[in-house]
Amino acid sequence: MNKEFLRKYQSILMLLIFSGIIAIMNDRFLTVSNLTNVFRQSSINAVIAAGMTFVILTGGIDLAVGSVLAISSAICAYMLIAGFGVVPSVLAALVVGAISGSISGIIITKGKVQPFIATLVIMTFLRGATMVFTNGTPLTLGSAKSADAFYFLGNGNVLGLPVPILITIVVFGGAYYILTQTKMGRYVYAVGGNEEASRLSGLNTDRIKIFVYTISGLLAAVAGIIVTSRLSSAQPTAGTGYELDAIAAVVLGGTSLVGGKGKIMGTIIGVLIIGILNNSLNLMNISSYYQMIAKAAVILLAVLLDRKSQ
Amino acid sequence: MAMSKHILSIQNICKSFPGVKALDGVSLDLQEGRVMALLGENGAGKSTLMKIISGIYTSDSGEILYEGKPVQFKNPREAQLQGITIIHQELNLIKDLSIGENIFLGREPQKVLGNIDWKKLFSDSDQLISKLGIKHSSEKLVGDLSMAEQQLVEIAKAVSFNAKVIIMDEPTDALTEAETKRLFTLIKELRADNKAIVFISHRLEEIFEICDDLTILRDGKRICEAKVADFTQDMIIENMVGRKLEEQYPYVAPKTGDVVLAVNKLENEHVHQVSFELKAGEVLGISGLVGSGRTELAKTLFGLYNTKSGDVMLNGEKVTFQSPADALAKGLVYISEDRKSEGLILGLSVAQNMTISSLNQLMGAFGNVDRKKEKAVVAEYIQKMSIKTPSQNQIIKLLSGGNQQKVAIAKGILNQPKVLILDEPTRGVDVGAKKEIYDIINTLKESGVGIIVISSEMPELLGISDRIMVLHEGKNKGILGRSEASQEKLMSCALQ
Repeated sequence: MNKEFLRKYQSILMLLIFSGIIAIMNDRFLTVSNLTNVFRQSSINAVIAAGMTFVILTGGIDLAVGSVLAISSAICAYMLIAGFGVVPSVLAALVVGAISGSISGIIITKGKVQPFIATLVIMTFLRGATMVFTNGTPLTLGSAKSADAFYFLGNGNVLGLPVPILITIVVFGGAYYILTQTKMGRYVYAVGGNEEASRLSGLNTDRIKIFVYTISGLLAAVAGIIVTSRLSSAQPTAGTGYELDAIAAVVLGGTSLVGGKGKIMGTIIGVLIIGILNNSLNLMNISSYYQMIAKAAVILLAVLLDRKSQ
Repeated sequence: MAMSKHILSIQNICKSFPGVKALDGVSLDLQEGRVMALLGENGAGKSTLMKIISGIYTSDSGEILYEGKPVQFKNPREAQLQGITIIHQELNLIKDLSIGENIFLGREPQKVLGNIDWKKLFSDSDQLISKLGIKHSSEKLVGDLSMAEQQLVEIAKAVSFNAKVIIMDEPTDALTEAETKRLFTLIKELRADNKAIVFISHRLEEIFEICDDLTILRDGKRICEAKVADFTQDMIIENMVGRKLEEQYPYVAPKTGDVVLAVNKLENEHVHQVSFELKAGEVLGISGLVGSGRTELAKTLFGLYNTKSGDVMLNGEKVTFQSPADALAKGLVYISEDRKSEGLILGLSVAQNMTISSLNQLMGAFGNVDRKKEKAVVAEYIQKMSIKTPSQNQIIKLLSGGNQQKVAIAKGILNQPKVLILDEPTRGVDVGAKKEIYDIINTLKESGVGIIVISSEMPELLGISDRIMVLHEGKNKGILGRSEASQEKLMSCALQ
């Protein structure tokens, strides 16, 4: 029972132990304002990682999320500046994200291209497209008509909870429902577990795979909207490298890169481990260069522990 | 006759895994120049015992005497170097490397500078494989060889290690009749060469053909060790299952209805001008060697391959399936011969595997899967088909072959098939579970499902089919009725 328990709750235990150590080392860590801060900052990665979990469960990978974030951010900002309201601008960003994701999915399934290559192509293309679209300069919302209302999405509070955290909760609630309660969720695990057997069981494997990349793109766009609102601008270089943080969070959460195995709630833990790590290193005034090294070490340690326990 | 010498003697081996005692005081004696059959149902402990001998597992207690000295191999490599080789059911060859590279993998002959001496490697390999009757150059890629030839390469590898003990785990499972014959000739040569051979197989006829001695395991215990000549097939089965078996192939006379499947001049790259009819409540066997197009015919009907010409009528309606999903929707179900890569999703649970193709019938009010309904359905089938599993949530990988197969069949049945195609339904399934699967087939037959059974095991086909179609090189060579069919007739029909 003991071993089973450890394996089941390994990532949570790791998170608790890790937080405990930091709380002892730094008394500013366990304050409401700091923790709220950690959660809010983690929300971007959390939303992207939720989509990434779907993709990785099918045995795929989505490298394009950072670029999808950037282009949807740019579209959103452009439309706000052009005087469209919050709702049309946000919807446009979401549609662009979902379409970008579905294109990855179509290339992978209909073109029979490896997910790594297909999403690398989309990642590069979209980054270029964002640069062309923005001329390589940030789009600042400044005094755009609906800037104030839009600002609320990234910075407001509802019932004392920052809106990005609320968005994260809704996203993970939805993802949890889809993955554990619906047919599509079953199919995602099935395709990741054995694609050929799934096809022979009558599943439309292409449609399932296109679905997960669409979800990933859509959620990257949600993250893009939060980022745009937080910064009151769209940066053409936004989201660079975010795909790696998301992948790291998913893997830390115990989801297998081979596909077919993993839990969406594990991803939350993975996101928090990375978020708390960044936060604690900041609290300790450690330079961002060392932060990257520390992050690498923690991820390696976590993954090794995971291998050992299996 | 030379006195045979004990080469490997295993005494009182015990091995436990969490929750099970896999081996309980098992002993086994292997002699030079003799072939020992190791028999038992799945889960009897055969594999565990072989894994201990070949150094993959270590035993909890007991002793292994090899050439008179106690040994405890730490890994398969060590056992191999000392002359004990195991040839697994799933061959351990690297398909993208040549025959020679595979044989000498990890011990390639080297030149002074540390580069591989390819000339020596290939000439040594050529020598080895020509002795075994492989007609290819050893530079040929293993992936381009047939299953039987790949097996020969494994044996060549064993011989090159100067193996004294060779363990073959179900070597004939994927072989055609002719290939099996060739393997047996080779085994006889190895025996004449004073090798000790352990032969594991579910096909009992083979035991009488090739083995000298037999050891029967049941529930981790040795039930008996004896000369094959002193045993009959029925005695073996009774010892394996621990009870008297009634008829091995229960047969019920068909109450056939209308034609459910009519195939007319079906043509594509795999099958040529194949026509036949299947009635409701009938079992049509398909016989043919591996490569005769029997699996391809089934997969074509299931929508996995395109058809060039010809047509298929299902329940009087002309159908063209683009995918398995189409076929399932219309009530044509195919259950693959290859459970591991095509039949089941090994990482998922029994329940999840069973319901994966029929979740549409289990939907709740909120786009969710109705767990209660699902649980009830799964429980019903676990009971109906007597599937042995600790729970519905057990990962299916951990079930025995027979129980896995039952889940695969249950998955098909949940789609309410009108036509059910079973491809090698008892491959890798032990004797007791085989009988249960035949019973399931008969129950379905009586309920009016049209059933096609594809099998390499002729006794099985003869035992359960109402008619048997013989395929050869993608062509229908004739359909024999139950009363006129015999093993010889099927063979000659295929080859005429």
